[in-house]
Amino acid sequence: MATHKITVTVNGAPREAQVESRLLLVHLLREVFRMTGTHIGCDTTHCGACTVLLDGQPVKSCTVLAVQADGRSVRTVEGLETDKLHPVQEGFMQEHGLQCGFCTPGMMMTACALIESNKNPNEDEIRRAISGNLCRCTGYVNIVKAVQYAAAKSR
Amino acid sequence: MIPPTFDYHVPKTLPEAVGLLAKLGQSGEEAKVLSGGQSLLPLLKLRLARPAHLVDIGRIPGLDYIKEEGGYLKIGALVRESQLDASELVRTKYPILTDTSEVIADPLVRNQATVAGNLAHGDPANDHPATMLAVGAEVEITGPKGKRTVPVKEFFTGIFSTALEAADVLSEVRVPVPPPGSGGAYVKLERKVGDFATAGAAAFLVIAGGKIEHAGIGLTNVGPTPIKATDAEQFLVGKKPDAATFAEAARRAAAASSPSPDRRGQEDYKREMARVLTLRALTKAAERAAKTGGK
Repeated sequence: MATHKITVTVNGAPREAQVESRLLLVHLLREVFRMTGTHIGCDTTHCGACTVLLDGQPVKSCTVLAVQADGRSVRTVEGLETDKLHPVQEGFMQEHGLQCGFCTPGMMMTACALIESNKNPNEDEIRRAISGNLCRCTGYVNIVKAVQYAAAKSR
Repeated sequence: MIPPTFDYHVPKTLPEAVGLLAKLGQSGEEAKVLSGGQSLLPLLKLRLARPAHLVDIGRIPGLDYIKEEGGYLKIGALVRESQLDASELVRTKYPILTDTSEVIADPLVRNQATVAGNLAHGDPANDHPATMLAVGAEVEITGPKGKRTVPVKEFFTGIFSTALEAADVLSEVRVPVPPPGSGGAYVKLERKVGDFATAGAAAFLVIAGGKIEHAGIGLTNVGPTPIKATDAEQFLVGKKPDAATFAEAARRAAAASSPSPDRRGQEDYKREMARVLTLRALTKAAERAAKTGGK
């Protein structure tokens, strides 16, 4: 089986890898680039723990091939923090938007994409946006508050 | 889960993709078209499909258009569900399509999944087939001998089987521009966001002079293929669009279903849901028709 040389811009920096066709984007990030912030939850396109931004759009990286990301840009949870916390990170902390934290990286990436396209999302819009991200412990009430906090902070 | 091994090909044009599929087909190995991958990649991971080659049409430029032309709304092969969702033209003039795209899987999946892929996959649980049956859509297929057009009502030939041959690509979906006095709606019953339909119903009506001039009804996930409820459609023509008429049409549509029992429900329950959802879709379609200049 042929392998492919790919270049993916991850959090602003171009990264190269020689990959098998079948390598999933989430495995490229976690096992080739050793960036384990992106989680694998269900591995069946349901839970959204593996959500990353592909050219700015949130997608489930367990259901994208690494070769499909060739030449494109990927943003992961590691790319949120600069010299200070990203408003979304701050929101999740201030509003207690997490307990176990497993869904949090995916949840934050979806939230990040939402507030970039909608500066003032209402609760209904937030709940719709995160409907592909499952949380099994915190519950969505505080996650919604966290996203609202982040949106207000970003305005 | 890691998919089985396959070779990955990235054609730059549609003819190149078709040529590649034809060539790979002659070698006796299975080749599948990859676009959004939201149905295909899970199948690979579960080992339900093991093609030797994937031909990724995702990088072919110019296939992500939504435009009205020659009496049709034309949806290119690479239009994502999220793109259909966000289209103002679609939302205002083809609300039945927005009804459909906004209940497919979840917003993250819809950022990758394509409208054409939802049809080409041939899954009776997918949502666009019922809608496309109701509105009388057709698909353009590009194959080794060129382009051909197939009405959606002839497209689904069996469970996970379509009119697509091994070297074909579904290159465009065409929805007729709705006439004045028409309206359509799609309603879906799902256990949770992201689930396949327990049942779903699409209805499209053209109402003129207080009577139904044309009716289309499609059903989701209540049979081995998407179902066009022809008996119910024929019953509606010439009748007044009232509650009694819709109730009888819904009963006839449910009678055309042949659901299988599974975790989403027993056969009788699903048939009953097909009736209820058809009734709701017809009622909503008629309301919308009344707003588009129907007399």
